[in-house]
Amino acid sequence: MSAALLAVRGLSKRFGGLQAIRDLSFDMAPGEVLGLIGPNGAGKTTAFNLISGFLVPDEGDVVFDDRSLVGLKPHAVCQVGLARTFQIVRPFPRLSVLDNVKIGALGRRPAMAAAREHARAVIARVGLESKMLAAAGALTLPERKRLELARALATEPRLLLLDEVMAGLNPTEIVAILGLIEGINRSGVSILLIEHNMRAVMSLSHRIVVISFGEKIAEGPPAAVANHPKVVEAYLGDAYVHAPQA
Amino acid sequence: MDLTLVVQGLLNGFLFGGVYSLMAVGLTLIFGVMRVVNFAHGDMMVWGMYLAWLASTRLGVDPYLGFLGCAAALFALGFATQRVLVNRIIDAPHEMQILLMLGVALVLENAALVAFGPDPVRVRSPLTAVTVWLGPIFVDVARLVTFGVAIVLTLALYLFLTKTDLGRSMRAAADNSYGALVIGTDVRRVYAVAFGIGAACVGAAGALVSPILPFSPSGGLTASVAAFNIVIIGGMGSLVGAFVGGLLVSVAESLGAVFLAPSLKELVSFSLLVLILLLRPAGLFGKSAA
Amino acid sequence: MRVACALALAALLVLPLFLSSYAVTLFIFIFFYAYLGQAWNIVGGYAGQLSAGHAAFVGVGAYASAMLSMHAGLTPWIGMFIGGALSACLGVVIGYLGFRFGLRGFYFVLLTVAFAEICRIVALNTEATGGAQGLYIMFTGNPRQFQFQDNRVYYYVALGLMLGATGIAAWIERHRFGAYLSAIRDDEAAAEALGVDTFRYKMLAMTISSFLTGVGGTFYAFYLFSLQPNAVFGIPLSVEIIIRPIVGGAGTLLGPILGSFILSPLAEVSRAYFQAGGWSGAHLIMYGGLLIAVVLFLPQGAYPFIARHLRLGQR
Repeated sequence: MSAALLAVRGLSKRFGGLQAIRDLSFDMAPGEVLGLIGPNGAGKTTAFNLISGFLVPDEGDVVFDDRSLVGLKPHAVCQVGLARTFQIVRPFPRLSVLDNVKIGALGRRPAMAAAREHARAVIARVGLESKMLAAAGALTLPERKRLELARALATEPRLLLLDEVMAGLNPTEIVAILGLIEGINRSGVSILLIEHNMRAVMSLSHRIVVISFGEKIAEGPPAAVANHPKVVEAYLGDAYVHAPQA
Repeated sequence: MDLTLVVQGLLNGFLFGGVYSLMAVGLTLIFGVMRVVNFAHGDMMVWGMYLAWLASTRLGVDPYLGFLGCAAALFALGFATQRVLVNRIIDAPHEMQILLMLGVALVLENAALVAFGPDPVRVRSPLTAVTVWLGPIFVDVARLVTFGVAIVLTLALYLFLTKTDLGRSMRAAADNSYGALVIGTDVRRVYAVAFGIGAACVGAAGALVSPILPFSPSGGLTASVAAFNIVIIGGMGSLVGAFVGGLLVSVAESLGAVFLAPSLKELVSFSLLVLILLLRPAGLFGKSAA
Repeated sequence: MRVACALALAALLVLPLFLSSYAVTLFIFIFFYAYLGQAWNIVGGYAGQLSAGHAAFVGVGAYASAMLSMHAGLTPWIGMFIGGALSACLGVVIGYLGFRFGLRGFYFVLLTVAFAEICRIVALNTEATGGAQGLYIMFTGNPRQFQFQDNRVYYYVALGLMLGATGIAAWIERHRFGAYLSAIRDDEAAAEALGVDTFRYKMLAMTISSFLTGVGGTFYAFYLFSLQPNAVFGIPLSVEIIIRPIVGGAGTLLGPILGSFILSPLAEVSRAYFQAGGWSGAHLIMYGGLLIAVVLFLPQGAYPFIARHLRLGQR
């Protein structure tokens, strides 16, 4: 039996004529930050949807802590300890920031008062206290990203799936959220993140998995993956594979 | 089993299907372009019927000519509804749009009730009495003409959407409203025209049906349900689906009337709706709803 | 705020001593429709699952308790719970079909309307339910048969129903159930991702809502004494049910009550006015117009609007 926190085994998914994910396999160790990268349309968000229960795979298995997640509804996956964020943020617009995060907290703390307390703590941790009572619909994009993060964090996950949490942020905001994510990881939460910002992914991740056209084409520490010929080819085309390294 | 009855049912259903198709095409156009479900569709049809009745009784205009006027009037109504009401909530949560159109339906249905009373009326046309016999089967000339006009109108709509600039703008806005905006389309105007055309279709359908069936204000809901049935079967947003669906549903209902008691016709309609809702999702041809 | 509510409640409790029978009747309808609106509010307002067929539950509850009373001599005090349970069963069926099959928004609305209409047509064509003529309950004034000689007792019963439903809604609001419902209302997928079993909570809301509405059906039957399919299953009743919470504020505690206090008098006035001119059904035009106006100008309803302004005043 492996010590892997998350084991994705031979995952496949097809939509009509398109094979979106083909035989995807990788492991995640507890405490790890794993970056999932690949060109647009490679299937990264589909992989997230498969892992978190929003889609059912045609083949393969997702094992979390020696327990298969396939067939579980998303809420059950969350209850088991795996939380996700969405690529396009989905705040509860009519609810306040506090109430938003409280929804996440209520999973493990059914009593409203306890959930509220925990939510306050999480909100403080992500730096949104000043907006605690503001309606989520009125937040700026960086604030919404933090809110999305806070909500997922409030469910007290052991594994956090972050889908392009840095998209649309400016460099200062990115640095800030990078620090936040590092802190979350240091507190014991494993992180699987999809990200296009190469610098961020490279600096955050312990290991990286590269997907192209639904298939894994490389896996390993950031440095090794960055120079991997298949990865260069996938992003830039094969003309660049043998280009001189900068 | 009397084969003649069945064939007659098939024929009647098919001919009447032209009207169903026209009605459904209007509804699906509105949905396809704006993602708005026109709950007032059936009530607009009823108004088309009453306008035809008015034209016939007050102005002596035969509904087979008057339908143009009805279409024009309903176009104006649809255009105004979109411009004045729907436009304001196009980006609001879907519940708002549902409630809005429910409100419009209530207003239209009960305005008709107040204006015309609850008793069914019928429109007289010299064509209603004419039948042509093909052996043991008879063809209602009125239904034949209705069918013909409905087909012509649907074809005209098809040509409009594929050959004219405005029509193409409409399809562009339907596919991608943001993109359409970017290339300079006056999306709001396109929406208003689309709603207008959708309403015109159902207004014309109403006028064409007015000599065939008796009608009253309460028929609005029944007509709406029939339209929803067709559009969901054929696929929300698909013109071809609405057209084919209209013929299918009409034939099915007609055959159903041959085999079942008439008082259960509405029951069949609603039960069909439930089944379709559960078994859809995208219908035969459609795009899936948001 | 609490003080205001307490005062209002006290006033309502003593009001019947000063009112004419006509006014008492008006209040009975205000309370009763507020009750039905509050019951609807649980699934339509808090959970955001728009149902336009809640009359089905009124009808089932009404016919059930009426028939149990007429044919089995069962007192409506028990019959109302059976009626409520039967309505809840129908609610479970509709909810299950709707939620399992992923019907949202207008698809769900259509489903609810279809079921209500099916009930209406079945009732119209079934002899056991009296067909088109419906059922007539004999007036005995016997409290054991949920009938009272004095109009004012009905007043307190209706007030009790309204307060009871509001109490249930308040409990829901204050507990996890309510928080989850508002999350589901705003974004179901996001709620799922946060561990909310959306199917389960929607079903719960639907079950409670339909049960309460079914219980209301008994009040309807034994206050109006006549049940006709078109009236008790029809769309006009469904509209009466939903318009009060929508105008007053869907998903708020006081919305249905406020809405009822606004609408019932309005409906009375317009009915009296238009009936004099021989136009019946005109008050439905007003409802339609109000729906449109609320959607366009006050989408959250009257109560949130008023609350915001009152709070500003208090600062």
